[in-house]
Amino acid sequence: MRLEQAASASPSPGQPPEAPLALVARVKGAQRLGAVNAAAQASGLYPGMALADARAIYPHLAVAEMDEAADRHWLKRLAERCTAWSPRVTLVAPDGITLDSTGAEHLFGGEAGLAAQVEDVLTEVGMTLRLAIAYTPEGAQALARHGALPLADERQALRALPVVALGLDAEATLALHRAGLKTVRDLAARSASSIAARFGAGAVSALRRLLGEEQAPIDPLAHPEPLHFERRFAEPLALQASITACFADLLREAGRTLEQRGLGGRRFVLTLFRSDGARQRLAIETGLPTREPAPVLRLFDERIAALTDPLDPGFGYDRITLFLPRTEPLASSQPELDGQGQEDETLAALIDRLSTRLGPQALCRLVPRDSHIPEQAQLALPAIDAREPARWPEPPPGEPPMRPLFLFDPPQPVEVVAEVPDGPPHRFRWRRKLHEVRLYEGPERIAAEWWRRKGGEHAAKGGLTRDYYRIEDVRGRRYWIFRHGLYAEKRDPRWYVHGLFA
Amino acid sequence: MQAEVPCKAFGIASLDKTLGGGLARGRVHEVYAAEPDDAAAVIGFAMALANGLARNEQRTTLWLRSMRAMRLGGVLQAQGWAELGGAPDMALLGMVPDAMALLRATVEALRCPALSVVIAESWGSMRELDLTASRRLALAAEKSGVPLLLLRLEAEPVPSAAQTRWQVASAPSQALPGNASGAPVFDITLLRQKSGPCGMNWRLEWDRDRRIFREAPLSGLVVPVPADRPDAAGAGRQRLAIARSAA
Repeated sequence: MRLEQAASASPSPGQPPEAPLALVARVKGAQRLGAVNAAAQASGLYPGMALADARAIYPHLAVAEMDEAADRHWLKRLAERCTAWSPRVTLVAPDGITLDSTGAEHLFGGEAGLAAQVEDVLTEVGMTLRLAIAYTPEGAQALARHGALPLADERQALRALPVVALGLDAEATLALHRAGLKTVRDLAARSASSIAARFGAGAVSALRRLLGEEQAPIDPLAHPEPLHFERRFAEPLALQASITACFADLLREAGRTLEQRGLGGRRFVLTLFRSDGARQRLAIETGLPTREPAPVLRLFDERIAALTDPLDPGFGYDRITLFLPRTEPLASSQPELDGQGQEDETLAALIDRLSTRLGPQALCRLVPRDSHIPEQAQLALPAIDAREPARWPEPPPGEPPMRPLFLFDPPQPVEVVAEVPDGPPHRFRWRRKLHEVRLYEGPERIAAEWWRRKGGEHAAKGGLTRDYYRIEDVRGRRYWIFRHGLYAEKRDPRWYVHGLFA
Repeated sequence: MQAEVPCKAFGIASLDKTLGGGLARGRVHEVYAAEPDDAAAVIGFAMALANGLARNEQRTTLWLRSMRAMRLGGVLQAQGWAELGGAPDMALLGMVPDAMALLRATVEALRCPALSVVIAESWGSMRELDLTASRRLALAAEKSGVPLLLLRLEAEPVPSAAQTRWQVASAPSQALPGNASGAPVFDITLLRQKSGPCGMNWRLEWDRDRRIFREAPLSGLVVPVPADRPDAAGAGRQRLAIARSAA
């Protein structure tokens, strides 16, 4: 099966389909076409051509950078989708996938049914597809890439393929052409020793593999076993000590498996199956991947302590399972001499413990958010996920604080006496106390986000403007007060205390 | 013993002399509000102290608040914190449901030597904070060397094992040109100090750019009243305010 790469990597869906498009890659210091679409192919462009030559043929060629990593990633995702049809799926870089359909095709209505289904599904995700079925993986790839589809007779079709289908390097292919050998049939008519003598042993083995006389190893996608560990008991387990020992045992087993795979768990789910059918699920999460049983066990203790209903073994548990739905790569590490790494670890452990006890939302880091509306300018992200601190801008030197330390949510209404309607407050009453204004600065006018509202571009529909004043009363307390709405927007705008300065 | 504890000097001679070199690390320091409305001043002062107590810029500060604090005191703003010279990027903010959880989380955090300072903000008279609990906090702080700033808002001072106990009120700031309020000024009183003098008060101004406190000049003295011209409206108001605060 062959996927047309130009389609798989096409970065501009807005382009009309008939415009020639090419993806360009840098090969040995020269810009060369890596892939072309059908329109470009029709204009005589082909992959491998220099960009300058292509431009000479077709000056209005649309060009985009080739992203090989994205192509590989996409191919891998397609291959993972293909595991629905066969357990053995092999990636053929850069643009092919081979499915081993042996023993699987009858599930989809035979070979034809399987092919139709693959074509339907992959066409739906926007792929252009060339699909061939053959007895060998090499044969299928060669037919899909170079054969005339649909196939009538596989044996004849393979022999009719051009020699380029052998997948030899450019030099050997050129040598075959120079020797007058145009098709696989021509080559197969020669004796193996003469081919090996002139074109190398590689040509012989490629030919034999294509014709199914020799088998090549394949490297199918691995299906890692899910990290699921289980203990079953003939006699239900009711003693707290035995249950804890079982947890520890499961975690040690999980730790060994994780170590083999070079992974660390981020999320651990423990399920306790009681003998009367009830089950209890306990989940914990760690900020850093881990495979050490002790800290995980401690987190489970925290989790159990935080339960509103305590664990009740009743007549005992007859099955305990541990599942790790979320893992991350974790290399073996060596403690550093200055103890820096150890310090980071103790902090991560503290974050895990507090997040487990108080809930992941309770321990957070503040990160800036791009909004000029004061109450939306920050975001509290769970510390267990946000490992890297975000940078807050350094305030300009010589300025007093312009933003308050605390914001009230919602803002608290105040009664304000202003000297002139549009002016700053003269005195205000907040929480039943009268405050005389001594110093003030403002207004700082903050408009509503009218572009987020429907019809917000029209006057009086974009939300009310706020006029903020930084105010200090005679006792030295500093407030952030705003008038909600200009006099032009609202007849009688209200005043609110929005925040407090230190 | 006092000399062995690493300290952070305030840079104000009389204050540092009273404290025996400065504010000790690895100790508990309690801060009370003079009046309920001074909560923001208490927190601002604590942030300024935390800034000095942090040994290392790269270390994390843990701020623990209760849900009640959020309701009464408002939502902590990282930008406001940064404008007081703090480093909210290196801070963790913990929200705890009640006083008991606050104490538990605090003592656990104090046992983690990777933190630079722990700030626990409590609202109301915490009955759970008895002498035993307070001693436990003090021991944990001493062992790890992480200082604790325990902010007691809406609370009356009670006996505790804290090293120092402060009372903070906001004070009128130095007016900037254009009648804008300037850098924050605090009236602080040293209510108690373990084996040291106490009862003194200072008026400190926080210099954000240099990250130090300095003694605030008496406000009002700097407002000149021109002799040969009638009063400007602003200057008149300024003097009125001084007269009131003096009264």
